[in-house]
Amino acid sequence: MNLTLHVWRQKGPHDKGGFETHRMSDVSPDMSFLEMIDVLNETLIAAGKEPIAFDHDCREGICGMCSMVINGRPHGPEKGTTTCQLHMRKFRDGDEITIEPWRAKAFPVLKDLCVDRGAFDRIIQAGGYVSVNTGSVQDANCLPVSKVAADAAFDAATCIGCGACVAACPNGAAMLFVAAKISHLAHLPQGQPERHLRVTAMVEQMDHEAFGHCTNHFECGEACPKDISVENIALLNADYAKGALWAARPKQLSGDG
Amino acid sequence: MKLDAHIPDGPIDEKWDRARFEMKLVNPANKRKFRVIVVGSGLAGASAAASLAELGYAVDCFCFQDSPRRAHSIAAQGGINAAKNYQNDGDSVYRLFYDTVKGGDFRAREANVYRLAQLSVNIIDQCVAQGVPFARDYGGLLDNRSFGGAQVSRTFYARGQTGQQLLLGAYQALSRQIHAGRVTMHTRSEMLDVVVVDGRTRGIITRDLITGKIERHAGDVVLLATGGYSNVFYLSTNAKGCNVTSTVRAWRRGAGFANPCFTQIHPTGIPPHGDHSSKTTLMSESLRNDGRVWVPRNSGDARKPDQIPEAERDYYLERIYPSFGNLVPRDVASRAAKRMCDDGFGVGPSGRGVYLDFGNAIQRLGKDAVAAKYGNLFHMYSKITGSNPYATPMVIYPAPHYTMGGLWVDYDLMSTIPGLFVLGEANFSDHGANRLGASALMQGLADGYFIAPYTVGDYLARVGKSNVTTDHGDFERVEGQVRDRIDGLLSIKGSRSPDSFHQALGRIMWDKCGMARNRDGLHEAIEQIRALKDEFQQNLRVPGSGTDLNQSLEKAGRVQDFLEFAHLMCTDALTREESCGGHFREEYRTPEGEALRRDDDFCHASVWEWQGDNTTPKLHKEALAFEHVHLATRSYK
Ligand SMILES: Cc1cc2nc3c(=O)[nH]c(=O)nc-3n(C[C@H](O)[C@H](O)[C@H](O)COP(=O)(O)OP(=O)(O)OC[C@H]3O[C@@H](n4cnc5c(N)ncnc54)[C@H](O)[C@@H]3O)c2cc1C
Ligand code: SF4
Ligand code: FES
Repeated sequence: MNLTLHVWRQKGPHDKGGFETHRMSDVSPDMSFLEMIDVLNETLIAAGKEPIAFDHDCREGICGMCSMVINGRPHGPEKGTTTCQLHMRKFRDGDEITIEPWRAKAFPVLKDLCVDRGAFDRIIQAGGYVSVNTGSVQDANCLPVSKVAADAAFDAATCIGCGACVAACPNGAAMLFVAAKISHLAHLPQGQPERHLRVTAMVEQMDHEAFGHCTNHFECGEACPKDISVENIALLNADYAKGALWAARPKQLSGDG
Repeated sequence: MKLDAHIPDGPIDEKWDRARFEMKLVNPANKRKFRVIVVGSGLAGASAAASLAELGYAVDCFCFQDSPRRAHSIAAQGGINAAKNYQNDGDSVYRLFYDTVKGGDFRAREANVYRLAQLSVNIIDQCVAQGVPFARDYGGLLDNRSFGGAQVSRTFYARGQTGQQLLLGAYQALSRQIHAGRVTMHTRSEMLDVVVVDGRTRGIITRDLITGKIERHAGDVVLLATGGYSNVFYLSTNAKGCNVTSTVRAWRRGAGFANPCFTQIHPTGIPPHGDHSSKTTLMSESLRNDGRVWVPRNSGDARKPDQIPEAERDYYLERIYPSFGNLVPRDVASRAAKRMCDDGFGVGPSGRGVYLDFGNAIQRLGKDAVAAKYGNLFHMYSKITGSNPYATPMVIYPAPHYTMGGLWVDYDLMSTIPGLFVLGEANFSDHGANRLGASALMQGLADGYFIAPYTVGDYLARVGKSNVTTDHGDFERVEGQVRDRIDGLLSIKGSRSPDSFHQALGRIMWDKCGMARNRDGLHEAIEQIRALKDEFQQNLRVPGSGTDLNQSLEKAGRVQDFLEFAHLMCTDALTREESCGGHFREEYRTPEGEALRRDDDFCHASVWEWQGDNTTPKLHKEALAFEHVHLATRSYK
């Protein structure tokens, strides 16, 4: 296949950046999208130019590191697929492809296609866990969990923290990501004691970061490579409303981080 | 270099209790005065960092990805073993211990493996308490499956994403400690050297991968949990960033490197599609529970698999190993696939592949049941290959996957440099010459949650605070060496990219130090590596500078360490004149072609001490005694 690529290049966070055009020939349909970029990078190096910086690691759709907006869609045209799992057989000979980094205020560009997603980590740090120290736990089977609840928790827990939902949202909101973690823990008995504290703390942190507000466009669900359901957002909203009531009462618990 | 494993006295089932009782404790009020450096945020690193911080130590944790949650552990698929015996099928701590020692082909330390089996049960409890959504049955209790050669069902799993869910559990525990201010997390930060002063580890030198800033970090103790080195083969199932840098750098500072030639080639990888393949993707071993492996009975049979009648198929694993069939351990399954392809029975475009067929399972269980178990793997397979495994058998071929070798550690997980601990896949400790499926996650978490928090505390209580700060001359000297190395890479200005060197190295290692090795091949490999190293020094091209995000520079540093390490790996393979586990020396095989272990001469761990550039490293041996699991030939027939 022959392709024309328009790739976003940006030297650093403060550089304005712009598109650069590259023509590729003999692209094999069996290559992954990132392997195609590898080939382009090799030709750039051979020509004495700097290769395109892009994030990736597992190349199996599980680490959440890869992050490219391809033809205007985070992770590209194939539903439920990360950039690294997208293969060139999904494109046609002669296609023009634009490649950009995640575009969101909360995810500043570091270089070319790499962005800083530290805000996601800070949201989890604010409360996305069960407060249990190592040791001092009971036998695992002392806590039966219905298969339905366990499966629902699992479905939400498969979020890979890639940020495509934010990149897809016209407001740059992080609702789907936050909802996925809330929902994972809210479906399990282990998550109940801190359920309200958690949702309040995580939403507060989210508001603190440069994410926008959710106005129910649901572009996030379309872009999510792990098909995290937007129904989780309803659960988040309901829990947040209860959490806000709860938080308004005098504090009795002292949360240990 | 002195190798003292510090194995506690007493009966094997009491050793760990005794060791813990004999440990010195750090006064709770003093814990926060100790600075613990943890390099790595995979299962081993994240669990250790979180647990040590919970105890009150001041922890600094490092990873090269943009978030600790992305460590390579995230990619583990199949599951984690534990001797819970929830299925009442005869499992016990002793049986898990026995299976692991035997599966490792008698090249692991019994005392360590026993402790691992003991701790396995605590891991599951811990993870469930954190909210890890393991698979459950309709009664709400935890489900298990049998995995990779085990005849009991002791593997806990979360669909095909067990590593992801376990890592998120550890990451969340770590995040909680970051929030509490007890862990300082350094992401996009690569460790490039260890600083040793007066025989004690004092800290590390890192590079900030965004700004290029070289930083000094002093600590009272350093824990390396930086994973394995399968990427020495270039194509492997590991994430692209996995590297050998931290362990090779530590080796050059005096840490013994044990059994570097013990690498695991996993039987079920997706074969590479051509020269531009950047990795091989694993198809979980759990698939062998229901999938049947076969090749056409007639070599060169070019028909589509569905046109080959039953009578003309060779289900060779079932034929050669009737009692284990498709579930033989990894090394056995991989070698059998290689043999079939070498003999001309291979399938797929390159002739280097065998079928993994779900036809029977779909008939027996129904498509939905198969999809419920393996849906995500089938989905991944069809994305990568464009072929539908529900309709046509998968084509698979062995791929480098895991490395049993690593830095030598004693029972306390301390390397030969005092104050340098090594956890998870980065150490050599528990899997001998072959790791059983679902045992790496178990080991990483045992090391991080339950062993290091004790043994590191004991070390600190005994030696006290380190009084070396980052303005010490040795920090300056090592930092200078790190800078020189980076400048060196940037200033060669040749014409060949880091990736192209890495690919060339991978080809040498796969051909000559892969699934089968022999004397002549290893000698050739060493020569070729030497030549490639020379070319690297003269002809490497790294565009850009060292003062910003420069991924070519990162790769170049890793490839340089792989080149050095590859030489060591071949040297080790050359001196181990026997076949055991994943190490198959063609000169040493039984008349039936199976591995021939030579216990009289090789019942030891080979530990290599660095002697300087261009000098042959020195070999030390830790003799292994088998008092409980008696040395026997593994037979899966
Ligand atoms: C595809 C796949 C599937 C697997 N499935 C299973 C399974 O089902 N069951 C099982 O038991 N095992 C499985 N394994 C093996 C298992 O996943 C690994 O052995 C284990 O996760 C390793 O964990 P770790 O914590 O030691 O290292 P890793 O998870 O590799 O973490 C290494 C950490 O070190 C950091 N790091 C590395 N180098 C540096 C450096 N120089 N500077 C700073 N930081 C650095 C990285 O950023 C990362 O945080 C699988 C492996 C693969 C490849
Ligand atoms: S919700 Fe989906 S899109 Fe958003 S971070 Fe998680 S996996 Fe990515
Ligand atoms: S590189 Fe890991 S999800 Fe794409």
